[in-house]
Amino acid sequence: MTSPVVTVPDRSATAPAGASRTAPRLRGPRRRHTPGRPRRSVLLTVLTGLVLLYSLVPLAWLVISATKSQEGLARSFGLWFDGDFALWDNIAETFTYDDGVFTRWLLNTLLYVVVGAGGATFLAVLGGYALAKFDFPGRRAVFAVVIGAVAVPGTALAVPTFLMFSNMGLTNTPWAVIIPSLISPFGLYLMWVFASEAIPAELMEAARIDGAGEARTFFQVALPLLAPGIVTVLLFTMVATWNNYFLPLIMIKDPDWYPLTLGLNSWNAQAQTAGGEPVFHLVVTGSLITILPLIAAFLLLQKYWQSGLAAGSVKE
Amino acid sequence: MPKHSRRLLRGTVLICALALGATACGGSDDGGSSGKAVSEADVQAALKKGGTITVWAWEPTLKQVAADFEKEYPGVEVDLVNAGTNEKQYTALQNAISAKKGVPDVAQVEYYAMGQFALTEQLTDLKGFGAEKLSAQYSPGPWNGVKAGGDGVYGLPMDSGPMALFYNKKVFDKYKIEVPTTWDEYVDAARALHKADPKAYITNDTGDAGFTTSMLWQAGSRPYKVDGTKVSIDFSDQGAKTYTDTWQKLLDEKLLAPVTSWSDEWYKGLGDGSIATLATGAWMPANLASGVKEAAGDWRVAPLPQWTAGGKAGAENGGSALTLPELGGNKELAYAFVEYANAGKGVQTRVEGGAFPATTAQLTSQEFQDTKFPYFGGQQANKIFAESAANVADDWSYLPYQVYANSIFNDTVGKAYVSGTGLADGLKAWQDASVTYGSEQGFTVEK
Repeated sequence: MTSPVVTVPDRSATAPAGASRTAPRLRGPRRRHTPGRPRRSVLLTVLTGLVLLYSLVPLAWLVISATKSQEGLARSFGLWFDGDFALWDNIAETFTYDDGVFTRWLLNTLLYVVVGAGGATFLAVLGGYALAKFDFPGRRAVFAVVIGAVAVPGTALAVPTFLMFSNMGLTNTPWAVIIPSLISPFGLYLMWVFASEAIPAELMEAARIDGAGEARTFFQVALPLLAPGIVTVLLFTMVATWNNYFLPLIMIKDPDWYPLTLGLNSWNAQAQTAGGEPVFHLVVTGSLITILPLIAAFLLLQKYWQSGLAAGSVKE
Repeated sequence: MPKHSRRLLRGTVLICALALGATACGGSDDGGSSGKAVSEADVQAALKKGGTITVWAWEPTLKQVAADFEKEYPGVEVDLVNAGTNEKQYTALQNAISAKKGVPDVAQVEYYAMGQFALTEQLTDLKGFGAEKLSAQYSPGPWNGVKAGGDGVYGLPMDSGPMALFYNKKVFDKYKIEVPTTWDEYVDAARALHKADPKAYITNDTGDAGFTTSMLWQAGSRPYKVDGTKVSIDFSDQGAKTYTDTWQKLLDEKLLAPVTSWSDEWYKGLGDGSIATLATGAWMPANLASGVKEAAGDWRVAPLPQWTAGGKAGAENGGSALTLPELGGNKELAYAFVEYANAGKGVQTRVEGGAFPATTAQLTSQEFQDTKFPYFGGQQANKIFAESAANVADDWSYLPYQVYANSIFNDTVGKAYVSGTGLADGLKAWQDASVTYGSEQGFTVEK
């Protein structure tokens, strides 16, 4: 933070190609630090390395452990392979164990993510756009409520939500997970900020003058400009819904409607049940399969995600 | 994350327990069907008519029982739901009861938790169905469990956990250690084993309320006395002293593996010989056979060590019953299922599936006693379990809020496992905390 050189990666990309390469040579052997070539800090490198290890070691453990059988897990060192390679058997067993209930959980999670996170993103985009681009009475009040809502953790609301849903007879149905997931105050806030930066008022005015209706202005002019923001919010809500544990835990009792998180937990709990069958190898393999779609989503949407985060950070 | 959510869960249990106390004091009892007589003919008529019942249970062998039941009574559908194991299911049940929606028709409840639900009349008294006539069918411990210290019969015993000593014979043979028959010998064996192999421990214990109360039970301590809403808690009797004196030695000399039961590390320890014995309920063989395959043939079963040489005291560890929540529906059908599963044909099915029964007919049958366990090298382990079941003193009772009390065990007694606090002091702290909580809940608590 106290580094004298402020690095802005974007600017280096726009600098003349030759400049950064020739400049150091002209000024003698001592290296100068330009924005394109920030000074290396040993401390920072070490710290980043530690963080990298911290985040990769559990992942490595998961991948390695998924190749072990139940007995292999007990007899071998956690961060190295066991003699027999059981990954394919484990994957096959994960999908067939208990009449293939894992597939059902996977589909449930997909349903919750597509409808819940997709719906949450859609609502956040609509709301954020409206709040950013239209002036109407009560806007400040809405702002206060949204900011307040960001501060309340979802888990604190879980029990009241349960009682409410229970009175409506919605517990133990997919709706009990989907409806609360539709609300994403943080997503709304993000879309609001993003929309006010990304859509020039002049552009909207031009669209209106050309005779476009409000719907058309939104879908054909605003929406493409909002794409990076939408992807960011989508990723946020997707991760939140995919990993959602506490809400389904109290809402859903029927294993047929479990998402993966609850399902894996119930497999894990078998080891703690008198008469139950411990299936640690399936829990581990199932967890690995569970995180793969999220990793894929991040890699595929990375481009949008980054440009979304940087939006508004540089004044043009 | 799991740890965090567990804490959250515990918080919810607390809130719900508080809510439960409040409604109990508020007198929410709206009559219900408790005590109403239901004849055998009514039950048969309900079976003929058919319908659906929802059963909340985590006991794995019930799956087969439910399938058989549906086959026998084609009009009936059993919706078997695993709503979580032990406390998790109680939280869910308590939530459903306070919401008055989604309460299952049948719920599995362990004996230690029975009082919590029974006292507040959240469970149907099955005397109305003539269940008290079945008392002779069950061994004393479990039957005492479903009565929950009162006059009612709040469930039919499903399984039981008469205690025995499971030991790794390979380890004992290797270091030429005798299998202990008293707890004093057990301490000696612990010392000898740990000296021979510093990585090996006689057993694991990081503080487990269920285990400690079972040990007190066997030692003759009766810390809890319950008479309606009058409760007394006292961990200072001779039995408790006998237990703490002995167990303190194991703690002081660090002879207990610092491994929590049911963790993956625990399964590992049971497999590689670093946890050499387990004093636990007779339901354990199924878990050993499926979870510790690598040690098949190494383990054997011996009678539970005694507090006095030549004694025959037993105790129960774990075990559960099927109950009918008051707010559940379809009572006749629900009772028919419970009777089928726990007193009728279902019992044999469950025994074949690896469950340990609570019925004396099964426990004393030749076939049951002669069963050879390949896992225990062909040993007829049921003989030991059955004898243990018969020797359980039936005057033990749990608190009417034992689920809560057990949840604070680690905050109080748990200290004896991690710091210099004595076990007896830990129990005293547990007693005080339990007394305070009970008084807050409107119980008349004496120390």
